[in-house]
Amino acid sequence: MKRTLVILLRNPLSAFGVLLVATVVLSALLADVIVPFPEHRGAVVDFANFNQPPSAQHPMGTDLVGRDLFSRIVYAYRISLLLGVVVLAIAVPIGVTVGLVAGYLGGRVEYVLMRLTDVFLSIPPLVLAMSIMGVLEPTLINGMLAVTAMWWPWYARLVYNLTRAEREEGYVLAAEVLGAGRVWVMFREILPNCVPSIVTKMTLDLGFVILIASSLSFLGLGVQPPTPDLGSMVADGATYLPDSWWLTVFPGLAILLAVFGFNLVGDALREILGADQ
Amino acid sequence: MTDAPTLLLRDLRLAFRGYTGVTEVLHGISLHIRAGERVALVGESGSGKSVTARIVLGLLQDQRGARITGQVRVEGRDLAAMSRRARVALRGRRMSMIFQDPTSALNPVYRIGTQFTEVLRRADPAITERAARARAAALLDEVAIHDPARVLDAYAFQLSGGMNQRVMIAMALANNPALLIADEPGTALDVTVQAQTLGLMRRMVADHGAAVLFISHNLGVVREFADRVYVIYKGRIVEHGPTAALFDTPRHAYTRALMAAVPRITGGGIPDLPERDDAFAAPMELHPGVAEPEAT
Repeated sequence: MKRTLVILLRNPLSAFGVLLVATVVLSALLADVIVPFPEHRGAVVDFANFNQPPSAQHPMGTDLVGRDLFSRIVYAYRISLLLGVVVLAIAVPIGVTVGLVAGYLGGRVEYVLMRLTDVFLSIPPLVLAMSIMGVLEPTLINGMLAVTAMWWPWYARLVYNLTRAEREEGYVLAAEVLGAGRVWVMFREILPNCVPSIVTKMTLDLGFVILIASSLSFLGLGVQPPTPDLGSMVADGATYLPDSWWLTVFPGLAILLAVFGFNLVGDALREILGADQ
Repeated sequence: MTDAPTLLLRDLRLAFRGYTGVTEVLHGISLHIRAGERVALVGESGSGKSVTARIVLGLLQDQRGARITGQVRVEGRDLAAMSRRARVALRGRRMSMIFQDPTSALNPVYRIGTQFTEVLRRADPAITERAARARAAALLDEVAIHDPARVLDAYAFQLSGGMNQRVMIAMALANNPALLIADEPGTALDVTVQAQTLGLMRRMVADHGAAVLFISHNLGVVREFADRVYVIYKGRIVEHGPTAALFDTPRHAYTRALMAAVPRITGGGIPDLPERDDAFAAPMELHPGVAEPEAT
């Protein structure tokens, strides 16, 4: 763990990634402290100051009802990260279990599980999430549900492939021969050897989940106002381009920095943990 | 059933069902091993040695597409009549196995001690961490590892192949199995370590009273180690007999061919050097024409 961090910080590119991720995570955690107008995350209206360009008081300008954009972006990070963490916390265990069971047991079980996974994979992710959100009410919880539904199959695929390779390893046979049961072999022998790849993918995905969630709310299917969300902020401002550029550019940049940061760290982790087979 | 042989195979047949029909792999293997006996199964690659071992361990029985007929009895109990769970329960307790490449047979993410504790715990679920460690240390001491504490805290990749082999032997015999299957043990190791391993294994199986099914293509090793030998060829047992008799008067053509095929590496050793001067004894001296041209 410590060694990984040292290597991460030694490379300028991944150090930059760590910096970005740390900024995003810390600002989300400390939002209440660092933000100038904490009350602006809700349904506040201040028409005297609406649509102001960046100034000393409002470093990123104000939106169409006069709320401080910087404050809203920081709070949006909090929601995005929460969404990302929850989605992965649900999707990864499901995908990993499906992949392990299918890869290790093989036969009919594998056939059913992997074809089911293929069905999910065959639908373009955004389309799948959109149709789920279209049926359900657009709330934060349902948004998480929709993104989770499209996310687990990728982990099933990843872990399935890793398991197929691992099950031919000597130590798997050795464990079987020394009397280990099937559940034990899957979760205690094979799974720990897949962890580097899973962790790497999770780091990369945290950025992508934020992106997808933003896309959904850009289309009006995600988190609903007045809850701040990067995607809907971009959408709201898009009609006022290029004159009120700050309405779109700052939330857009915020998405970019988060995705870019997680990507840099994920890529670096892949190399450090040797997960790129 | 005390007089039942430790392992009894009667007319064991194995076929794999594939897309192109059924491929027969074993055409009726019969062999037996009594308690404490060391029996070798010898044959070339692809003759069916390892697959026989897998059936004995009950690893192929659950595989779809594998058709197994005939009897496999371990200590008198018919494997085919047992549930999958009961077969799993036999492994690691009544029978176990050691492998060609000991380093890959140990999980890279766990310390040796952790893996050892697990093996012991399968036979005795109530064993405490401390007791398991003490028992593991005692077992490692038996296989001539004299600093068990260091080895138990190490990962497999931190130990040499020979060390790992000894750890595997200790682990395989930890629960005093009746039957130990050795599938070309140590083929992945160099010959000196292999020889050590064999000596160690001989002593260990004697101490633990285990019968051994020794699978190999190396006749030299078999001659050293086994009491009796079965020769397997294309999924059939073509000859069997006590080691000495079989090596003195091989009857089947295949056995003779197999013996003729043994490479004679141990023959003359390094041939005498034609010249031996004082310069030969001075290893630091560079001889003209031997080093890289730039080095001079």
